[in-house]
This record gives sequence, C-alpha cells and structure tokens, in this order.
Amino acid sequence: MKYLDEFRNGDQAKALVARIAGLATRPWAIMEVCGGQTHSLIRNAIDQILPPEVEMIHGPGCPVCVTPLNMIDKALEIAARPDVIFCSFGDMLRVPGSRADLLRVKAAGGDVRVVYSPLDALKLARENPGREVVFLAIGFETTAPANAMAIKLAKQQGLKNFSALVSHVLVPPAIEAIMNSSGNRVQAFLAAGHVCSVMGFRQYHPLVQRYKIPIVVTGFEPLDLLDGIRRTVQQLEKGEAIVENAYSRVVTEDGNTVAQAVIEEVFQVTDRGWRGIGVIPSSGWSLRDAYCDFDAEKRFDVAHVETEEPPQCRAGEVLKGAIKPHECQAFGKTCTPRTPLGATMVSGEGACAAYYNYGRYVQITEVAHT
Amino acid sequence: MCLAVPGRIKAIYADQGTTMGRVDFGGVVKEICLAFLPDIKVGDYTIVHVGFAISKLDEVSAQRTLKVFADLGLLDEELEQLRSSDSELNHGAEPGG
Repeated sequence: MKYLDEFRNGDQAKALVARIAGLATRPWAIMEVCGGQTHSLIRNAIDQILPPEVEMIHGPGCPVCVTPLNMIDKALEIAARPDVIFCSFGDMLRVPGSRADLLRVKAAGGDVRVVYSPLDALKLARENPGREVVFLAIGFETTAPANAMAIKLAKQQGLKNFSALVSHVLVPPAIEAIMNSSGNRVQAFLAAGHVCSVMGFRQYHPLVQRYKIPIVVTGFEPLDLLDGIRRTVQQLEKGEAIVENAYSRVVTEDGNTVAQAVIEEVFQVTDRGWRGIGVIPSSGWSLRDAYCDFDAEKRFDVAHVETEEPPQCRAGEVLKGAIKPHECQAFGKTCTPRTPLGATMVSGEGACAAYYNYGRYVQITEVAHT
Repeated sequence: MCLAVPGRIKAIYADQGTTMGRVDFGGVVKEICLAFLPDIKVGDYTIVHVGFAISKLDEVSAQRTLKVFADLGLLDEELEQLRSSDSELNHGAEPGG
C-alpha cells in the first residue's frame, strides 16, 4: 500500500540500526508511550535488532489497559440492562472487570455490540428509538475528536436515547507522572504520532524544559520507529533535550485545530484514575455541563458500583515501565490472552499481549549434546 | 487502536449534518467522517482513526523522509566500500600478510 510499504524497507531499516549502533556509546532507556508502537516494535522484532545500549521501555499508552476498573464495572452493569444496546470498540470486550467482562454479559443475554466508529453507535440510536444506546467512549487524544463529534451530533440530531460512558485519558500528564515516579529509569520519550496528529506537539515543549528529556514525535512503521529512536539517541548522546518531529508527513506543530475545537466544546479536563497506576491530576476528559444529558453514568445511576482488582496482576508496574511483562510470575501461566488477569494481556496494544503473541515469553533452554 | 493506515479519498459528500467521504485503503473502501479536515480533496491521502480522518498526509514531506532514509542507506554503502578498500590497502601493506 502506498505510504505504508515504503516505510517497511528492510535494507533501510538495517542502515538505520547501524546508524543507531554507531551513535550509542552508553546505555539509554527510551519509553515509547503508545501501545500501538509497542506492538509494532515487538512484531517487527525491533527490540531484538537494536544495539544492546538501547533499551525500549513500554509505556502506558494503551487506552483499553488504563481504563479504570470501576469504569469497566459500570459498563458491565449498564450493558446487562434489558433496555440497553451497549456499544464498544472490540478491544474492550474481553477486558476483565471485577467479576466478568463484556463478552460474558453478552453471553448471558446482554445486547453488546462491537462498533468500528462512534458514528455506528449513533446510527443504532436512530434505528432503535425505543431502546437506550450507550457508547463506551474511551481512548487517548486520538480517539477523543471522534467521540466528541458523535456526542455533538447526537445533541444536534436530538437523539434522546443516546448516551456515552466517558473515560478519556491524556498523554502529557502521564509523561509527568512517569518522570515524577520513584525509581523512574526513562531518559527520553517517543511521543505517539497519532495523538500528536490531533494535538500537535506544542504541549511537549514545557515537559522537555522541566525534565531535560528528549521527546521525539514518532510514527508506527518500522522505519518511523527506527528514525525516532535514532534521533532520540542522537540527542541523548549530545546531552540535548528538545522536541523533534520524526513523523512530519502526518504531524504538525499545531495539530488538527478543527478537531481540538470540537473536543474543547464537548469535553473538559478532569482528574482521572488510570488502571494499575492510580489517579493522575488533570489527566482526562469528561463531559462538559452543556452535554451532561448524554452522560451514561448519570442516566443509569451506577455510582455505587464496587470494584476489586486481582491481587496477582502486576499490570500497573508494566504500564509504568517498572517491569517487563515476562517478569510477572503470572505471565504465560495463569495469565494468557485466553484467561487474562489484567487488561494489558487483552488489548491489541497491551504490552503483555504483545510479548505473549510474538513469543517473547518463550524460555529457550540449551539442548544437551551427547 | 492507533495503527492508522493511510487511505485515499475517493468521494466527498454531506450526510446527517456532517461531511463524509469514501476512502480507499488499498482496495478496501470505507465510509469515513471528514469533518475535521475541511480542506481535504478527492485524491488526497489521509490518516483515519475510528472512522474519522484526523490528518491529511503531506506527500511532499513523506517523499522527503523517504529520501533521507534512502540516502542513509547509500551513505552506509559508501562508507562500507571505503572501509573495505582501506582494509585491503592495510592488508597489502602488512609485511608477510
């Protein structure tokens, strides 16, 4: 496919790896924030071809993984109601809540539907005026414009039977939380390309100044990732800390201002709990008062829902980059994509799922020669 | 969720109070909301996320980046050639080599 295959060229990837190896003179720990980038790194074995000096630490940028448990439990309660059509991105269906997941609710008779776009949920609301259509609006800044637009259009179209369970999260406060956490080893960040396509990268300049860390806006294809890593290592070796854009075909400094305006109209900044990490101040978006009629939490009165995280799951430490997935005792044993303890083992962007699916958990034992 | 693939705009039209388009992803055509890209035209490439076009792909910038990658590869080849010719020279100069 055009503008895809060209960024997967093996010879140029080798040249970039050689360049990184030539630059790196001592150990560096770089965090890729976005779960999509984590999967691309592991799927393309980039983590295995990098020079030993460069360690990639996987970040919390998996929206499904960080959606707080109490939000999942609220979703499960609403989805089980007979009057509700519950709409979600497919990734969320197997994310474990305290006692079940959305697939089990569906198996028990709940009307749970996978949608590709929030506009699909709006269509369902128009087609089913006698039923409540609830959309699970999760995601980072990349998904927020779509979800905000769906809610704005619902108001415009006078849809009384549509509401959203909103749990949006933001990247810059998460970077701050990681930098402020005790034992942090991260020395530079690859900023998530598509988050920046919406928000631009102006908001990263203060972080670079405050923490003296390089931040390089990076895409998702192998050459994009390698170029982002190359630029990051170059800055680290030179002792520089600036914001660079290694994804200029998609990202501009200002981002998509039309999308930002719709977000601003529908959402306001709020403190948000991150699953496995805890509450990060001003790290999410919730509905503004003007749109509170579309708030599923209020419409279905689910404030009482109690939650309980499985004690053996260490997803929080994985999300903060404190441990690698296979360092968890449960990894690949009691916790697999078929029997996940935490959301990081479920999602297409979760680090545990990436390690499991691409074989990083396999222990190679030496074969004895006789 | 974020592994957006570039698609090419085939048609633009109004529907349900917003701007929609048909976008071709290597032969698979999907209906996509174009409301966030008011200046987009048929033939442009765009990055799509959960049914919404969020960014127009800058083709000039894409070509420039690819040229940088290609040049890096070429430079490495040249350096390699230089190194091997160097070592041949050195090798030849070694007594009794």
